[in-house]
Amino acid sequence: MNENMLSLQGVHTHIGAYHILHGVDLTVPRGKLTMLLGRNGAGKTTTLRTIMGLWHASQGRITFNGQDITQLATPQIASMNVAYVPENMGIFSDLSVKENMLLAARWARNAGQIDAERLKWIFTLFPAVQTFWNHPAGKLSGGQKQMLAVARAIVEPRELLIIDEPSKGLAPAIINNMIDAFGQLKASGVTILLVEQNFNFAKRLGDTVAVMDNGVIVHAGSMKELAEDEALQHSLLGLAI
Amino acid sequence: MNKIDFDWKPLALVPVLALLVLPFIGSGSTWVTLTVAGLAMGMIIFIIASGLTLVFGLMDVLNFGHGVFIALGAFVATSVLGAMGDYTASASLWRNMMAVLPAMVVAMLVAGAVGVAFERFIVRPVYGNHLKQILITMGGMIIGEELIKVIWGPLQIPLPLPEGMRGSIFLGDAGVEKYRVIAVVVGLLVFGILLWVLTRTKIGLLIRAGVQDREMVESLGYRIKVLFVGVFVVGSALAGLGGVMWGLYQQSVIPQMGAQVNILIFIVLIIGGLGSTTGALIGALLVGLMANYTGFLVPKAALFSNIALMMAILLWRPQGVYALSR
Repeated sequence: MNENMLSLQGVHTHIGAYHILHGVDLTVPRGKLTMLLGRNGAGKTTTLRTIMGLWHASQGRITFNGQDITQLATPQIASMNVAYVPENMGIFSDLSVKENMLLAARWARNAGQIDAERLKWIFTLFPAVQTFWNHPAGKLSGGQKQMLAVARAIVEPRELLIIDEPSKGLAPAIINNMIDAFGQLKASGVTILLVEQNFNFAKRLGDTVAVMDNGVIVHAGSMKELAEDEALQHSLLGLAI
Repeated sequence: MNKIDFDWKPLALVPVLALLVLPFIGSGSTWVTLTVAGLAMGMIIFIIASGLTLVFGLMDVLNFGHGVFIALGAFVATSVLGAMGDYTASASLWRNMMAVLPAMVVAMLVAGAVGVAFERFIVRPVYGNHLKQILITMGGMIIGEELIKVIWGPLQIPLPLPEGMRGSIFLGDAGVEKYRVIAVVVGLLVFGILLWVLTRTKIGLLIRAGVQDREMVESLGYRIKVLFVGVFVVGSALAGLGGVMWGLYQQSVIPQMGAQVNILIFIVLIIGGLGSTTGALIGALLVGLMANYTGFLVPKAALFSNIALMMAILLWRPQGVYALSR
């Protein structure tokens, strides 16, 4: 089996008249947590959306487990056990927490059919999901919504989790909870691609890292190496990570 | 934090409006008659509008051609009921129902089938472009009207109520037409079924989620376009059913009847909040009541009254009474 679960080769993406990605080359190793860093507007979110088929690459190739997914529709990509948590979390505010979870459990027709063992595990990762099970998701706090978004993404076993800025706008205590939860997810063997701007968050979790600027990857390597190499950090921090 | 709370305020608008006009009408029996007529009219409009609100909510599609399904349903009913004269001429309500129910089913099937073609050839090419949607769906409705003229002729066709559905029942001094009671019952039945599907089934959950964030529904692995086609077809079929009800309510049908009802439907959708089924019900009942009350009190202000009602509601809740989170 290929060591890299996900691979982007020379991916360009246009949104209307705007050329956003200018040839992105990125690999996500199997079973690892890959951090995608970069300043605002560098193209991180566009990269994730292009992987998910929400915007299609105008040039280049994206492969998942060796299969070309460049032009596949979003539902087809999601059906390959790829879960995506967008920057805005994508919570259905008018639905309850339970209904949000039920939607992500594609083969369950009601909440009783969600894998009970897995749900129990999710409740230990994110207790708020259990506490507010029957409450409207729109009334959760920002941190609780983020927990629900990630909980929803893992309600069924996934091969790849793609998460866009999970620490954005969260209080430090909640960020620590998220780091613990991601740590446990990593330990469960799932492959994660995580966009982040918070370098402290990134260096505590990341196995590998890629840094973007102006729609291209300007650095790729191990997170440990970046965390220990101040000169490299400075040169990349010059890009305002 | 509370569990899911239902917002009762918009629902209270219906009895509040009814009670507010009581002193102006003066006679209690007239008020009862007008109120039942308003509720019946509202229920028929709701049947027609319920599908359209989901179509807009789910795919952001402005379908100004919805009226063609109303007219189609009504004209199909003239053919079916016309062929079942023995049943419609009977004084027995049950025998009448044996003609009306097949007429409704056939009207829904035909409207639904035409809905499949309408979505595929008229709506699908213009996803994401409101101006083109308005123009092409209005064009679709005009073509539909012309095709109706080709099949049934350009003239008004009578659609008399079956014998057993004529006449009134009396509540004290107030006469209430039987058919209006039937319309209220059918409307409640449709609302109940829609509410059950939307709140108790996975498909309904997907529709409600899709109305809020269709991109996220796709990211969860569901094909929202397939869901949309289903909703469009059901919406067209419901418009066909509404057409049968409206035709029987008016007791005649013309090819332009859909276009005439269109304006009321859009007022209802805007009042209710685009994408909200319960909002569409409240909006339809308010429009039905307002049309009947003003028709009695100030006939010349009948249409203006509904626009004024819409403006008042929008001043209170700019996104409609049950605005959806997006």
